[in-house]
Amino acid sequence: MQLLNTLYVTLEGAWLRLDNDTLRVEVERETRLRVPLHHLSAVVCFGHVGLSAPLMHRLADEGIALVLLDDNGRYKARLEGAMSGNVLLRQAQFQRLADATFTLDTARACVAGKIKNCRQVLQRGAREAKSEQEAAALTRLADDLAASLRALPAADSLDALRGVEGEAARQYFSGLNLLVRPDQRAAFTMDGRTRRPPRDRFNALLSFLYAMWMNDCRSALEAAGLDPQAGFLHALRPGRAALALDLMEEFRPWADRLALTLINRSQLNTHDFAVREGGAVTLAPDARKTVVVAFQERKKDEISHPLLAQTLPLGLVPLVQARLMARAVRDSAAPYIPFVTK
Amino acid sequence: MVDAPDPVPLSALQHWCYCPRQCGLIHLEQAFDDNLHTLRGQAVHARTDQPGVETARGVRVERALPLWHDALGLVGKSDVVEFMPGGAPYPVEYKHGSRHKAPDIAACDDLQLAAQALCLEHMTGQPVPEGALYYASSRRRRVVAIGAELRAQVVATAQAIRQMLASGELPPPLAGEQAARRCKGCSLIDRCQPLATRAGLDAARQTLFDPDA
Repeated sequence: MQLLNTLYVTLEGAWLRLDNDTLRVEVERETRLRVPLHHLSAVVCFGHVGLSAPLMHRLADEGIALVLLDDNGRYKARLEGAMSGNVLLRQAQFQRLADATFTLDTARACVAGKIKNCRQVLQRGAREAKSEQEAAALTRLADDLAASLRALPAADSLDALRGVEGEAARQYFSGLNLLVRPDQRAAFTMDGRTRRPPRDRFNALLSFLYAMWMNDCRSALEAAGLDPQAGFLHALRPGRAALALDLMEEFRPWADRLALTLINRSQLNTHDFAVREGGAVTLAPDARKTVVVAFQERKKDEISHPLLAQTLPLGLVPLVQARLMARAVRDSAAPYIPFVTK
Repeated sequence: MVDAPDPVPLSALQHWCYCPRQCGLIHLEQAFDDNLHTLRGQAVHARTDQPGVETARGVRVERALPLWHDALGLVGKSDVVEFMPGGAPYPVEYKHGSRHKAPDIAACDDLQLAAQALCLEHMTGQPVPEGALYYASSRRRRVVAIGAELRAQVVATAQAIRQMLASGELPPPLAGEQAARRCKGCSLIDRCQPLATRAGLDAARQTLFDPDA
């Protein structure tokens, strides 16, 4: 397994074309970049980026995903080659969806993964806190999350499960404010998670990072042959990639940690955000590049996967987890186990 | 009308013999990943995969010859079949690597060759008592007698594969000494996840809701 690069094109007005075995990025007919196709696993275009049909054909042939996102990183479309999906696996997936025990068990595992990884974020914050008082507050919140985790086996319906998850998320987000460097707090405080649109800078940053992770989770599920829309924890709704949302839960704390790093190292500042009339906040176009580069770098970090007993780059973990999910779907005796860090 | 079951590809017999799960991933899930070994294999086949006929010293050489056996439900392609002056077919299967493979892995190649021999007998009505494996690194042939035991193994393996395909169930990964030797050479190891064992998953499930585990 090799972590290939994803080419993110954020440059407005860029034009992508095939040039022998490379992808060429042009702006106003001037070549800005050439990338050999065999280095790429995906091409992700933000907003107004054009590309040639011959390039699309070649991407499809090579199994390189082409993903179109809007300016804010929200998913628009995806071009896929012929080798995709597995009808037997999808059939099994839909049968599992009708199996209340499996659905609940898998949903529980997804929530457990998220809560465990969130708790790690708070515990680490508590260890590194500058004041006793903040360390104590973070420890208390981490203990609350531990209680939520212990409550999961008793949650006997999806609604009960979502209730536990919602409460844990509320506690967790209140703790995240304490992990922001004190002199950045005025600019980056959040009052709970807001979206559509985000109402503060922290939330705007999180929304953008979640969109990146979401896209990777969706791609991973499709690569594993699963239907990203047929999820277990998230309610089915047309146009919603519920299974990708399920898979993403365990990765959200990774996005949160990266957001904190970007803020605490002052890689992002107030001028990197636009506050619109009425209070909606968006990430400024130039800042998107900073975030995408940091995200790509973070994906190269080697982490150890406890179940596979191997180290691998973080960027491959969604694929590994999607395959474990496929296995759980196919094999009635193999439970889904989320990726939990120590 | 009921569809006749799809014939089993000859290569599936070799895959099944190497590892039933590998066979399932390739032929049931239609999954394939390349690694160094598979790419070397492709390079070896670059020539034999081009259909064609040559004649040298009275021996007619057919490359990429379509093969089938209706009764056994087998279908595939031979790398090379040499037709002797009397018309007797002699299959030659090309493999990368050396002819000094471990005996149990070489046996998988023998099985595939034997299946080709059975197909040729079915197609031509001529007996095929012998064939050969050509190993590209050694540049040597290894002659294989198509005996009764090998023939019986072809029939049994084809049946086992058909059963697996009909059930739609992926066989479990190899375990123990076999896994130690075979998995590291397999290009599908990342899909197969042999180290994420059932026992490992169950153990992880036990501690999933324990914050201190």
